[in-house]
Amino acid sequence: MKRTVPMVIAAVTGFVLIVSYFIPLTEEWGSIAMQWFNVLAAIAFVLGGSNLMRMNLQKISDRRPGWGYAAVTLIAFLVTLCVGLLKVGVQPTESFPTNAWAAPYNQEGSFLWWLYEYMYKPLQATMFALLAFFIASAAFRAFRAKNPESIALLATAFIVLMGRTYVGGLMRDVLPASLEWLSFDSMTNYIMSVFNLAGMRAITIGIALGVASTSLKVLLGVDRSYLGAGDE
Amino acid sequence: MQRETLIWTAVMVLGGLVLLVHAVRVGNGRVYVREVTVADVKSGPVVHYKGVPPSLHNEADVSLSVPRTIGMWIAALCTLGIMSFVLGDNPLYKLMESIFVGVSAGYLMVAAFWDEIVQNLLKGLVPGPMRDSFLPGLEEGLNPDLTYLAPLAMSVMMLWRLSPKGAWIARWPLAFFIGATAGFRLVSYLEADFTQQINNTILPLIVYTADKSFDVWGTIRNVLIVGGVLLGLVYFFFSVPHRGVVGGLARGGVWLLMITFGASFGYTVMGRIALLADRLQFLFDDWLWLIDPTMQRVGM
Amino acid sequence: MYEFLKNLDRRWIFLLILLAVAIPILGEWQFPEKPSPMVQSVFDAIENLPAGSDIWMAYDYDPGSQGELHPMALAFTRQCAFKRHKMYFMTLWPQGPPMIQKNIELLIKEFPDLEYGVDYVNLGYRPGYEGPIKLAVIDLRKTIAADVDGKSLDDLPMTRDFKNIQEVDLIVNVSAGYPGTKEWVLYASTSYNIPTVAGCTGVQAPYLYPYVPQQLDGLLGAIKGAAEYEFLLLEAYPSLRENPKAQEALRRMGPQLLAHLVLIGLIVAGNVIYFVGRSRGDV
Repeated sequence: MKRTVPMVIAAVTGFVLIVSYFIPLTEEWGSIAMQWFNVLAAIAFVLGGSNLMRMNLQKISDRRPGWGYAAVTLIAFLVTLCVGLLKVGVQPTESFPTNAWAAPYNQEGSFLWWLYEYMYKPLQATMFALLAFFIASAAFRAFRAKNPESIALLATAFIVLMGRTYVGGLMRDVLPASLEWLSFDSMTNYIMSVFNLAGMRAITIGIALGVASTSLKVLLGVDRSYLGAGDE
Repeated sequence: MQRETLIWTAVMVLGGLVLLVHAVRVGNGRVYVREVTVADVKSGPVVHYKGVPPSLHNEADVSLSVPRTIGMWIAALCTLGIMSFVLGDNPLYKLMESIFVGVSAGYLMVAAFWDEIVQNLLKGLVPGPMRDSFLPGLEEGLNPDLTYLAPLAMSVMMLWRLSPKGAWIARWPLAFFIGATAGFRLVSYLEADFTQQINNTILPLIVYTADKSFDVWGTIRNVLIVGGVLLGLVYFFFSVPHRGVVGGLARGGVWLLMITFGASFGYTVMGRIALLADRLQFLFDDWLWLIDPTMQRVGM
Repeated sequence: MYEFLKNLDRRWIFLLILLAVAIPILGEWQFPEKPSPMVQSVFDAIENLPAGSDIWMAYDYDPGSQGELHPMALAFTRQCAFKRHKMYFMTLWPQGPPMIQKNIELLIKEFPDLEYGVDYVNLGYRPGYEGPIKLAVIDLRKTIAADVDGKSLDDLPMTRDFKNIQEVDLIVNVSAGYPGTKEWVLYASTSYNIPTVAGCTGVQAPYLYPYVPQQLDGLLGAIKGAAEYEFLLLEAYPSLRENPKAQEALRRMGPQLLAHLVLIGLIVAGNVIYFVGRSRGDV
């Protein structure tokens, strides 16, 4: 029951969605399954948040190293959750001027909007921006022309880096029309739409076959890894 | 105190002083809002505050927003706090990281609640109460959609994972989720990423232009694409040992993939630099008011 | 020199990158662009549609990628507004609604004659990754029954008779990853033959080329694509030259140029160290 029922559920759901794609009469079944799927995807966020809370509470109660940061995470989480669920600072809209609950939870001026705009946004954007520094450092230390293949990689990177700037197009003004293809931007366009396209298409086809076989293994009950190990 | 720590402390203190002097002189980082009355009801006017460029600060309904000005400075602190990681792991970075994790988990939960659980699950199950509370735009007399009982039950089962006992119950909704994903991906990947990709690769190997003359570049292009895809596929075909002719072709595939990865590297660099530029522009423009490319502070 | 470079503290590299990006921003460097055929095809896909066409604006990005994608999203919105296309905004990213809101504010400010609910509508966010696409291509109301303000789609003129995404003339997707362009191609454009154009991050762009032009009419790759697109927009709509906000991506090409050159310099320097070290027997 603990393992067989989930396998049956996965198989039935999967095959319903496959059938609904090919037989228009069963399209509605597929839609219902997708509606349920979307609800579960939303619940996954709730589960994730609850797990985060549980783990951080555990860390704090055990006084593990860095428990102070866990407390900060927990406070930030709870404050965001409360102001978002209670729609703190949200004003009614023109459409429903007497009902603030109907207004968007992230309305400009609300507390959640403030948290998003002045904390979440700069934190996330800078977190990703940091990679610019590390990619430069990694390129300096690890990007070596050790063999012909790595020279091909380096040469392509050089052309693309040049071709994606203003300098890349400058040569087009200097070169005669018959040699315009030698400008960095033309070469970049050619690399992207010929070599890159061919390489990526081979990868895409490979991935598609991988996804299809993995999906089939799940639906036929061959792959049960998602059930985890043991009975509990 | 170590020499390096001393130097960094001095740099920080000096930087802080410069910022303070700059803030006193320029008054940077201020945020202004306009009061907009969107409706007038019994309890009084419903007022929204919309952000406006600082250049409009003299207009009658525009005022300085203290919460947003504080927010602007906190945003700058958050930006600098995360950037401080380039100097090595430090308490400020860890603090910012902890806040980020908390706020982002909370935000995702809030979005999931209002945008799906209320909008679809609760609306489907209890349309009447939803119409009277969160969703007044719903049409009157809507009947409950009992099919939503199933995702409700599965949601409860999924959350059971948090309980110390009976975690296996969560496998049922998980199986539904995995099964559905496998079902729709199986078909779509085969259609869009397999058959359609093969279809896209069926190209004429000798190309003529519209006026029936031989197109050299078009021909080379098509030959390279078709040949390149085949070489790449040979490289990924591991059921045959990569020796002899197959080995040679696979080697061609490696070359093609190297060119592909080189292009990917170039594009990745471009992306990362753009993200850094965005953050620096925020610091220089919105916070420090050193530049004004979008003319937000003309005449100030 | 060799010893210095070999043992270079990486913080010097960080400083170099910081300066390479900061100097052009402070100097407000800006260059003209030469649009590539790929960018031109994206522009034409929107421009050649008859005025008042239905465009599905799928803006799937967040603050983590706004530096790359926000300028192109705004440019898409501007072009659609100039063409008087009807815009249906939606996002599959929970952090996406404020990004859409910025586009809505642009329409309110720069195109005050366009009316909400008649010319554009904000449908907000729906969880489920590709799930909402699967539903919206069959029956939009199965996933979205109201706009972000809670107004029923039946009460808005432009959505009253709108059944599903198959009815739109074009999907414009701005994508930061999963779910994004790939999912729109997989579950909408390929399956239902809906014309689609996209703008995406630099990381994604190479992976999406195999879909062009059969499954994707065109693709804007990161900030360079956005800059070329803005350039085309300025050419087509000269009134935008007075609007510095419509030239955000063009301004970003300054830092891009210097930083790319610095990075190339770093790779060259790294290789020089490597070869000198190899000749000395250090490696």
